[in-house]
Amino acid sequence: MKRSITALVAGTLLAISFTALAGPGAIEGVEKQPVNVSAIAMFLVFVIATLGITKWAAGKTKSTADFYTAGGGITGFQNGLAIAGDYMSAATLLGITSMVYFKGYDGFIYAVCFFIGWPIILFLMAERLRNLGKFTFADIASYRLDQNRIRTFAAIGSLTVVCFYLIVQMVGAGQLIQLLFGLEYNVAVAVVGILMMVYVTFGGMTATTWVQIIKACLLLGGGISLMLLTLSQFGWSLDNLFAKAIESHKMGEKMMAPGSLMADPVSAFSLSLGLLFGTAGLPHIMMRFFTVPNAKEARKSVFYATGFIGLFFLVTIILGAGAITIVGTNPAFFEGGQVGGKILGGGNMPVMHLAKAVGGDVFLGFLSAVAFATILAVVSGLALAGASAISHDLYARVIKKGTATGAQEMKVTRFASVGLGLTAIALGIAFKDQNVLFLVALAFGVASSVNFPVLILSMYWKGLTTRGALWGGIAGLVSSVGLVVLSPTVWVKILGNKAAIFPYDHPAIVSMSLAFFITWLMSVTDKSARAAAEAEAYEEQFIRAQTGLGAAGAHAH
Amino acid sequence: MSGNNINAKIRSNPKFAELVGKRTRFAIILSLIVLLPYYSYMLVVSLQPQLLASKISDGSVITIGWPLAALIVIGGWLLTGVYVSRANGEFDRLNEEILKEARK
Repeated sequence: MKRSITALVAGTLLAISFTALAGPGAIEGVEKQPVNVSAIAMFLVFVIATLGITKWAAGKTKSTADFYTAGGGITGFQNGLAIAGDYMSAATLLGITSMVYFKGYDGFIYAVCFFIGWPIILFLMAERLRNLGKFTFADIASYRLDQNRIRTFAAIGSLTVVCFYLIVQMVGAGQLIQLLFGLEYNVAVAVVGILMMVYVTFGGMTATTWVQIIKACLLLGGGISLMLLTLSQFGWSLDNLFAKAIESHKMGEKMMAPGSLMADPVSAFSLSLGLLFGTAGLPHIMMRFFTVPNAKEARKSVFYATGFIGLFFLVTIILGAGAITIVGTNPAFFEGGQVGGKILGGGNMPVMHLAKAVGGDVFLGFLSAVAFATILAVVSGLALAGASAISHDLYARVIKKGTATGAQEMKVTRFASVGLGLTAIALGIAFKDQNVLFLVALAFGVASSVNFPVLILSMYWKGLTTRGALWGGIAGLVSSVGLVVLSPTVWVKILGNKAAIFPYDHPAIVSMSLAFFITWLMSVTDKSARAAAEAEAYEEQFIRAQTGLGAAGAHAH
Repeated sequence: MSGNNINAKIRSNPKFAELVGKRTRFAIILSLIVLLPYYSYMLVVSLQPQLLASKISDGSVITIGWPLAALIVIGGWLLTGVYVSRANGEFDRLNEEILKEARK
């Protein structure tokens, strides 16, 4: 069955791709593969193991704190692995290797941009997040501001990012699984959605964290094994690997230096801003800081996460460079056996072909199963973040004003998880065959221009008022979404207009600056009594942020 | 003892000012050590890419861009280690003292 998928790349590059590099093989058809038995068998083992964990976690999940934060009892090391797991999607593996494969050095620049936010999150945010927050990032944003309005707005910001991200992941999951496992697109989307609902609804944060940890280990282990197998083919010499790559690559020596990707400094700056601060505004990542018992463990978890993420990026770079020779010169991996023509399965497949070339069918099956597990873990983290925004922020705090019992809140959370799962399946099917690349730009645009400004200013700036946060947030939301719509990807490629109204695919340089400016302006001109009270409340918040006095502790069973 | 009282005690403790000052300075310096090289690198990439195209040694095909990018990643990670070791050691000890003195 021939499926013409517009931009397979779009779906599977997921979180790591931005429109500037839709590049390699953005539009090509995909053959559904024959059913891959070994891959499915290995994936089933993963599913059974994780369902076992969910059952165990369900027994431990008794209170809302258990549900949202695994009772705060996750260690720094475990949380580090889980954070790394949240951040390393199947997209990272497929997308970065594919970029290095097609564009050489430019792929590395991209990986560096995705990495650099982590040290900054540690230095500026980790301990304050842990000391001030309880379940969601809205706890911090609304700490001394108006509970109703700011919390509602922060929850909307979270849900927006979660939904954009979920669509990208679901569409990617459907396409990837169809390709690797030979399952129908709709079946694949439904499997991902249902498993996600089961993990989140029954196992809450405990199950989600362990699924994430297992997946992170599998992904790192799989990546490193593949790297070693690849290096063995080049006599363990990087020099030899690159020398062969230059011979095999159509760009020749040029692949070793920066190319066209970041040639426009403004565009590169906007991209790097969006990635740097967008990472710090992703609700499912921020939520992880509340799963550890204290600021000490929160810091440790970022140290471990940064190490794992950095290691993983370096491994993927070597995989991409190795694939240039091993995959790029082997006719078996090209349509019609034409070396240099279309890659079988689309532009995101080099690393999968590499796995087959150096490790055979079993290794390919293993890596496919890992990719499936990866998607599953990432969507579960997203669903949990979305469900907490609905139940903790909107239901328990805004609608019930804190009078809801734990049991009521848990019930709403579970309904919200099921609702999000069904929504994700519906959206995944609705966006089938669509170019969803722009949704990644949207997710990071909203995260960096709506969530990040209010979060960082509420922690650092005494003068922030409810009015400022609200207007700044609205400015960030409208401008980031608006500019993505007017960007080359959406305005020209999707809507079919001639020229883009906004020349850059990444809005952060404008939308983030605007959000900060409006927040500042509307705060300093706010002379209300409320504003004065909010400034006064900063003192207590500041002491808690610095010392952890009164911070939500671990919840013993 | 009310929360306000504890807060006032913490605020008036010179160790609190020391903690906040030292930790804030340390965090800013480390952020700059990460961000300045990173943005310099991004500027070179977009404006002077040929600077990254020279070879690391005569016999090698690898250009300096590769180890440099790897260095930004590895260096960024090592700096998180530097921050955590000082924050979890020196700063947390200071913090403990402040909290203990405030609760007296």
